[in-house]
Formats: sequence, C-alpha cells, structure tokens
Amino acid sequence: MAGVLGTSIKRREDPALITGRGKYTDDLQAADMAHAAIVRSPYAHARIRGIDTSAAEALPGVLAVLTARDVAAAGIPGVVPVGWLLPDLKTPAHPMIAADTVRHVGDAVAVVVAEDRYLARDAAERVAVDYEPLDAVADVVAALEDGAPAVHEDALGNVAFDWEIGDRESVDAAFASAANTVELDLRNNRLIPHAIEPRAVLASYDSSTGEMTIHMTSQNPHVHRLLMTLASLGMPEHKVRIVAPEVGGGFGSKIHHYADEAIVGLCSMKLDRPVKWTATRTETNLTDAHGRDHSTHCALALDAEGRITGLRVDTAAAMGAYLSTFAPAVPTYLYGTLMSGQYDIPAIHCHVTGVFTHTAPVDAYRGAGRPEATYVVERLMHLAGEATGLGPVEVRKRNFVPADAFPYQTQVALAYDSGNYGPAMDRALEMIGYDDLRTEQASRRDNGGKQIGIGFSSYIEACGLAPSAVVGSLGAQAGQWESADVRVHPTASVTVYTGSSSHGQGHETTFSQIVADKLGIAPEAVEVIHGDTDLVQFGMGTYGSRSAAVGGSAIVKSVEKIIEKGKKIAAHLLEASAEDLEYVDGSFRVAGSPDRALALGDVALQAYLAHNYPDDLEPGLSATSFYDPANFTYPFGTHVCVVEVDTETGSIDLLRYAAVDDVGNVINPMIVDGQLHGGLAQGIGQALWENAVYDDSGQLVSGSLMDYAVPKIHNLIPFELDRTTTPCPHNPLGVKGVGEAGAIASPAAVVNAVVDALAPFGISHIDMPLTPEKVWRAVNG
Amino acid sequence: MYPAQFDYRRAGSVDEALGLLQENEDAKLMAGGHSLIPMMKLRLAQPPVVIDIGRLDELRGISEAGGSVRVGSLTTHADIAASDVLAAHCPVLAEAAGHIGDAQVRNRGTIGGNIAHADPGSDIPPVLVLLGASVHLQSPSGTRSVAAGDFFQDLLMTDVGEDEILTHVDVPALGAGTGSAYLKFEHPASGYAVVGAAASVTVQDGRCTAAGLVVGGVGAVPTAVDVSSLVGTDLSDDAIAAAASGLDTEDPIGDIFASGDYRVHVGKVYGKRALAAARDRA
Ligand SMILES: Cc1cc2nc3c(=O)[nH]c(=O)nc-3n(C[C@H](O)[C@H](O)[C@H](O)COP(=O)(O)OP(=O)(O)OC[C@H]3O[C@@H](n4cnc5c(N)ncnc54)[C@H](O)[C@@H]3O)c2cc1C
Repeated sequence: MAGVLGTSIKRREDPALITGRGKYTDDLQAADMAHAAIVRSPYAHARIRGIDTSAAEALPGVLAVLTARDVAAAGIPGVVPVGWLLPDLKTPAHPMIAADTVRHVGDAVAVVVAEDRYLARDAAERVAVDYEPLDAVADVVAALEDGAPAVHEDALGNVAFDWEIGDRESVDAAFASAANTVELDLRNNRLIPHAIEPRAVLASYDSSTGEMTIHMTSQNPHVHRLLMTLASLGMPEHKVRIVAPEVGGGFGSKIHHYADEAIVGLCSMKLDRPVKWTATRTETNLTDAHGRDHSTHCALALDAEGRITGLRVDTAAAMGAYLSTFAPAVPTYLYGTLMSGQYDIPAIHCHVTGVFTHTAPVDAYRGAGRPEATYVVERLMHLAGEATGLGPVEVRKRNFVPADAFPYQTQVALAYDSGNYGPAMDRALEMIGYDDLRTEQASRRDNGGKQIGIGFSSYIEACGLAPSAVVGSLGAQAGQWESADVRVHPTASVTVYTGSSSHGQGHETTFSQIVADKLGIAPEAVEVIHGDTDLVQFGMGTYGSRSAAVGGSAIVKSVEKIIEKGKKIAAHLLEASAEDLEYVDGSFRVAGSPDRALALGDVALQAYLAHNYPDDLEPGLSATSFYDPANFTYPFGTHVCVVEVDTETGSIDLLRYAAVDDVGNVINPMIVDGQLHGGLAQGIGQALWENAVYDDSGQLVSGSLMDYAVPKIHNLIPFELDRTTTPCPHNPLGVKGVGEAGAIASPAAVVNAVVDALAPFGISHIDMPLTPEKVWRAVNG
Repeated sequence: MYPAQFDYRRAGSVDEALGLLQENEDAKLMAGGHSLIPMMKLRLAQPPVVIDIGRLDELRGISEAGGSVRVGSLTTHADIAASDVLAAHCPVLAEAAGHIGDAQVRNRGTIGGNIAHADPGSDIPPVLVLLGASVHLQSPSGTRSVAAGDFFQDLLMTDVGEDEILTHVDVPALGAGTGSAYLKFEHPASGYAVVGAAASVTVQDGRCTAAGLVVGGVGAVPTAVDVSSLVGTDLSDDAIAAAASGLDTEDPIGDIFASGDYRVHVGKVYGKRALAAARDRA
C-alpha cells in the first residue's frame, strides 16, 4: 500500500498490552507446574565449605534441592559460556551452580523446587551453606592494584584481556607537536538495566519424547537455544524449543545466556515436570548483567587552528565475576572503534584492559560501548572548545568529517558509509535558540543565583550489527545476519516469520508496514511471527539497533523473491513474458498495457491451486532469505541539553532537550520518536541519577529501587525532536537504526551542560551521576 | 519478593482490633499496607498475623472543632491533600500530604500508618511537630495522647505501645496572620524526602510575632530549629537565613545519595526557603 512506509500508524501490539492481555512468561501456567527458588551467595567472595540441604528437603511440598554436585552427576556440560573471544582472552569457567567458590553476591549455589513459589522461597532460606568469606574487590581500579584479591586464579592481576586499536606512535607524535591539549580522568558509572519485566523462565521437559520447551524472557531465542543446549544442558538442539512470549523490555539484559535459566532447565529434566522461575527485583539487580563501569584516562591534541591531531584513550573496563555472553566485545569492538566520533581525526589510539571484579557480570546495555565512547569523545570536545576558545559549536564544526568525504575511513577500523553532520548541528542550534540562550546565560552569570548551562553531544554510532565475516574475524562466535520467511497465503494475506524477536520495539507494526509497502497491500493483511524457535527458521535476535536494518532488509529480500516468482505465474496466466511484467500497487501487469493485469490474490491463489501453472515452477508463494549486511550503519546527530543548576544545593533541573537525529529513512515516525524518548530517559538517567554502587566488601548497596534511581516521568521534560535524513546506502530500505541513539548521545549532552553552567566556578568535570551533593561539593571547593 | 507465611485477620471495630492485638503476639496492624507490605516482602518484617484495620470507617475523616482539626488515623494522604477544612485551618499539612509518593500511594497510604511507621524521610512528621499536634492512642486500658514532638523516638520507632491503636491526631488551627509552607527535596529513587522543611510565621503589623521551623530527613526524627530570633523582626531574608542556619543535629542520617553533612546543609537552605515562603503567604 502506497504511503504506508514513513507514516505513524498505531502499534498493533498495544491493545493487548495496555488492556493487560499480553502474556508474559510469568503469566503462563502449565499443568503440574512446580516452582524454583535459587539460593544465592550473600558474599562477594567465599569458599563453600559445605551445603546442608536437609532442612529444606524436609519441608512438605519441596520436590528437590540441587547443588553443583547434581549438575556434575547429571553428566551435562553445566557451564555458562562466553560468546565473543579476543586474543589472549582469559576464559575461566563459569559453572551453572558454583561448586567451591562464589564470586559475587547473587552467585547461584543451590536451587529449590517446590509445589508453590512461596514454599520454594521458604525452603531456600533453610538451605544452610557454610561459607568461608574471602577478601573481595568490587572496584575496577582497585582490582588492578598489586595484591588485589584474585577473582580467578588463572587470570593474573584480574586481567581478562589487554586490547588496543589504532596507532600509539602517531598519537604520541601528535601530542608532542600539539598547540593545545586537553585531558580528562573519568568514570563511566555502572548501570543496572531495569527492564520492567524481570527475567523469567518456564521449562517443560517431557521424558516420553525427550523434548524440552522453554518459555523465557529472551531477545534472541535461537541464540539462547544454541548456548543452552551446547554449553549448559548438553541436549540435542533439535529437541529444545525456546519461545519468547511477550517480553517486557530488555535493553540488552535479555540477550545474554544466564545460569538461572539453565538451572531451571536442569530442574525440569530432573523432575520431568514443568518448572517456573521468575526473578525478584532484588535478584534481577544482583544477577542481570550490568552496563558500563569504566575508568578512563583520555586526552585530545589540537593544532593552532583547533583541528584535532590526536586522541589517546586508556580504559579499565569491568567484566564482573564471569565473562557474560558478549562482554568482551562491548568495551573493545563496540567502543574503541567509535573513537573517531563525527570527526576527522588523523591519529587515534585506544587501549582497554578488561578487569575481573567480584560483582555481577557486565555486558551489553542499551548502546553497549558506544555511549561510553561518545562520552569520552564529547566530553573532550567540550574541553577542547574551552581550551581553544572556539566554544563547543565551532570546535565541533571545524572537525566534522566533511560531507564530501564519505565513505570515510576512520583510524579505528570502521568505514562510515554516509553522513552529513553540519545540518544536524545547525538545526539543533536553531531549535534551541542558541544565541538567546547564551545571552540569558551571561545575564545570569552577572546576577548570581541559579545558573544555566548548554551542553552538546554530536554522536556517531555503529549499529545494524553486522557483517558476519567482519564480526567473525573480530572474535564473535556467531553470525550477525538475519532471516525472514515471507509466506503469501492463497487469499493474498501474508505471514512473516522473522528472526528479529521483538521485546517491545513494535516489530509487528513496522515489519507489516515494510511488507505492505513492497507488496502494495494493507498492513492489516500482514501478520508477523517471531520469538519461537519451532516456528521461525533461525534468527539472531534484537539488539544493537539491528532489527530494521538487518531483519527488515531480510524481509525485503524475501518479498522481492516472491514478486519474481509471482511474475512467472502471472506471465503464464496472462500469456505474456515474465520480463515484460511489472508489479505495481498490488498487481502484476504487462508494462505498457495496464489493463492486462492480475491482482496479487489471483496469482497467489493459482500458486496454491497449481491448476493452470508453468511446468517448470514449484507451487506455493513463499520465500526465505538470510540477509547479511555489507557494513554497519552509522546513525548520527546532535543533541543539545539546557540545564539550570541551583548552586546553593547542587540540584539540577532540565530546562530543554533538543535532539536532531539522522537514522536514515524512517518506517514509522511515532515508533522512532518513542525509541528516542526511551533512550534519552535512560541516558539522562545515567547522567543524573542511576548508579550501581558496591561497597568495599562487594555488597550491592544500590540493590533496590529505593536506592537505585531509574528516571520517572516527572523527572523528565518534553523532548524536542527533529531529524535529518541521510539514507543508508547499502541496505534496501535505507534505514539505519534508532534503538540506542538516545542513550548514546545524551549522557555527554547533560554533563556538558552542567559543566558549562558551572564554568565560572572553575569546574571542568564531575563524574556521573551528577547528584546534587557532588555538584554542591564541586561548587564549594 | 515473597513474604514469609502469615495469617490475615480483618477487624470490624477498634475494639475487635485491640482484642486481636492482645491475642496474637507480634501481630501487626495494617492500614494502607504501603509501608508494611514492602517490609514483609523484603522479609524485614515477618509478623505471624496481620490485622487489617483498613475498613474501620470510625477512624477515617477530617473535622474541625474549637480551633483544632481532628484527622482520623485512616484518613488517606489524598483526602488530606484535598481537604477544604485543612486548606482553611492547617494548609501546610495538606501541602505536605500532596507531596507524598504518587497518586496510588496517596490513595492508599494513611496518616496513621505514615506516622506509626516513622520513616525519617516521611513528609508528615515534621509538619505535625511544627503544628504542635497531639497523637491519640487507644488500648484496652483506655486512651491517651502524646505531643507529636515526643511521639517520634528514633528511626522507625514511636511511642505506640504493642497493645495500642493510633486513633487520630488533633492539629491546632493556624491563627490569623500566619503563613506556612512545606518544601521537599525529593530522593530521586524512593521519592521520600531527603529533606523536608516545614515552616510557619505569624505576622502582625509587619512584625513577626511567632515562627517555627521543623526539618525532616536530617535526623532520625524531625529536627526542630530554634527560630525565635525572628520574633520582632520584619522577616528580612538575612534574618531568615540566619535563623535557619541554626539547624543542628548531632547525628545526621545519610545514604549513598546524600551524606549527613549534605543533608544538614540542604536542611538549612530549605529551611530558609520554607520560612521565606511562609512569610510571603502570611
Ligand atoms: C511507592 C511509595 C512511595 C512512598 N512515598 C512516600 C513519600 O514520598 N513520603 C511519605 O511520607 N511516605 C511515602 N510513602 C509511604 C506512605 O506514605 C505510606 O502509606 C505510609 O508511610 C504508611 O501508611 P499505610 O497506611 O500504608 O500504613 P501500613 O503500611 O498499613 O502500616 C505502616 C506501619 O504502621 C502501623 N500502623 C498503621 N496504622 C496504625 C494505627 N492506626 N495504629 C497503630 N499502628 C498503625 C502498622 O502496623 C505498620 O507497622 C511511600 C510508600 C510507597 C509504597
């Protein structure tokens, strides 16, 4: 249907969700279902001397209590693997259930299965674990110090990997001859993803067939099936079905394969009964892979005209107690490769040390590496604006990769396919009324009282993960293509089976828009199926802002195949040559004589009847495609934040937030805006409120929502959004990806704004989150 | 989050509730349940029996008589925030109640539960201390009342005895020429007050005749500040700032968001601003 692409049709997902009819994992019931509760270490580091399960087993209604011993006795691999390898990466074993040592608060030591979930909890409290507490280290910098407690014996100095990209010598030379340099020590604060729906699993093993169905909170069911069967449960892949029902947010945390889901699978196998487990909020905070947690030293060299000549970055990145699924990739290939930002930088070097700590693992969280990189680059650009006297706008403009320089090869591996950075910046300045704001700022500075500040973030991201051969060469243990099976039914309605499993993004709506546009039918005539390994051929899932660019392109490929086949059928029926046919507005017609035409329905019906049909053609009208992208996609934009700082208390009020993003062509503007709103909330949350804090003994002190501040609607302001459009040149939709842009750009914009407001106080940096107390202390020396 | 096993009893009258309290050791009364149930889910409270008093209409309602407003213990924050009687006689109490949590919390949470729970970040306690309210308690052996200033004893500790039910609070109406204000510095995670400053000033012929300031969130219990230096002044900004800077507490509370020192500082700033707002309304 013409005009359906690029329009804000309402999300077809919402009626069920907003009337409470959506079925999430925890809503599912199975006959004879039992409930699991996982016994977790209260210590960050301890030796397990013994476990006494008898008191728990003695409670009526308790069905089983399993420990590491039972994992071993089951003869299964029993581990949680890492899915991305770096050169010389230390990969200490991560047992499903800790056998002799626990390495973070929340590490699983036993599981109780009982007839109801309350009983399971009560029994879990009766499992007596004899711990010998050991010294722990939770801080990424402290973990690297001499004599720090070792998280794993085989990872000397707690170093998981030592990685670098770029050219150290040319950077040193740039600094040696620089007219100006700026440098910064910063922390990128540790975050807890906080999907509203906690992780949950319902595993149903049936010994009579040897089959297991696992309903779970998954962003990528096929990947979970692979890791679950191969590394944890040792079941044949074809005997396991994984279904992701409604999934209530993930932000990365539901990409990874965790011990808990495997443990529940084992319980079901042992008991030959369905077993359900739903994490409590406390458990999600202790065990969901966290995000960020970097300590970084970085510096920028500039010439006398304010052109960047070199960038140097040295980062210690926390991995936590074990390597989570994609953990090693996040602070390396999704971080160091982004260091050129929107700028033409002739020399870059980025060195990253991956560090084990006695904390929850750290892995991809909305933006995954790219927010951290943007924060480094954009904080330095702010300082460069000050140091050169050019100010934040001019210093950026002077260094933007020029519009005529694309494709642009950076010094850190990535080749930007397209871009046009100036117009996004200009539009943002116009929206915010930049000159007037500076006038007001000046008068506030003269008059005292609350100060205002203006902060910029001109970000780039690499998303649409990703060309399989490229990520394979970088250590990924998976391909990064996507698949789509498009089936046209005899009545010309369509079902799409996509490997992009949605967890709130609205795939069903946007994918139906793509098919409707390409086939010239109504979006209502298209059904989208995802999230079930038995229904969908294969899929890599939803993360890295990849669904539209990769999953959507796979759908386009299949639709093109269908049109090709339809032309052959129509040619036969119209007694014309297939080459002479065109497909326009839902019908096949002979070019030049539009009255000789057949509707899609006529052709589809004949494809299934095959009564009057070409001899050499198979019946049916469906096509499966696997789309492997040629490159990443590179969304970009400029965000501007305006804040007011109460210097008497250090409180910060958001006054304005303008974002101009270029995400390529837009399928559904409302959904794109929604993705930006959510990403901005999380990025602003990181800048101002969110902080996962471990104390020195490795206890998570921000373990509940009473202490960990996720942004709430009344903390935020209406966002002012606009777009420029530079289509992606290498995928058929010209789309790039929008899921992470808000979270990538905004932390730097907010911090730059606050630092700008506080410039008269000689403040050039405050670490996130910018709590009032920190700001107040900075202002008051 | 799953509470430990417990029995549930619903009381049909205050007397029945008092009887149930006597019969069941370590039982807990439940009003709105918005503090008790979270504590139970975290297993920080594990009462064997929960006695639901939430439907005792006799404990609900707001009425004025003889220069004092009576607020039943089961009156919700929403009802307090919307009360015309309080708006006319003790607007600062309505103002504070309007700052509590969100609409759902205000619809369920009660003034009795709020002060019996005595969270140091609660919005109601400093206001009751400021206004010189009295808290009324009933037990099988009779009734008694205690001044709000004496009611709060320590972190989560009050003067409510094990066999007692809090029935109502009596709040003296503010006199003519009196302005009052409650200012809240909200915790970004919990929404409770990091600092909550309640202030009142009475002005006659351009001169202050009475002033009060009580700050919550800084100490374990509401901290009264001696602002008598304001009496007789014209309530200049300087005089107000000097008075508010008298905020002092030996053992300020702190958390990962705001240290004790910082809370004292913000208490002074918010105290100053609350006094100024009260002056402007007087
Ligand atoms: C999400 C959320 C946000 C909140 N935000 C705020 C906030 O910003 N500011 C604020 O001040 N509060 C806040 N609260 C607390 C809220 O005000 C509670 O409702 C209140 O503290 C307790 O009232 P309740 O009626 O729910 O008491 P319950 O939870 O039923 O009881 C609390 C305690 O008081 C005892 N109790 C209750 N009634 C009586 C009685 N009549 N006699 C004797 N003992 C009694 C109970 O036994 C229990 O120990 C919040 C609560 C939640 C859940």
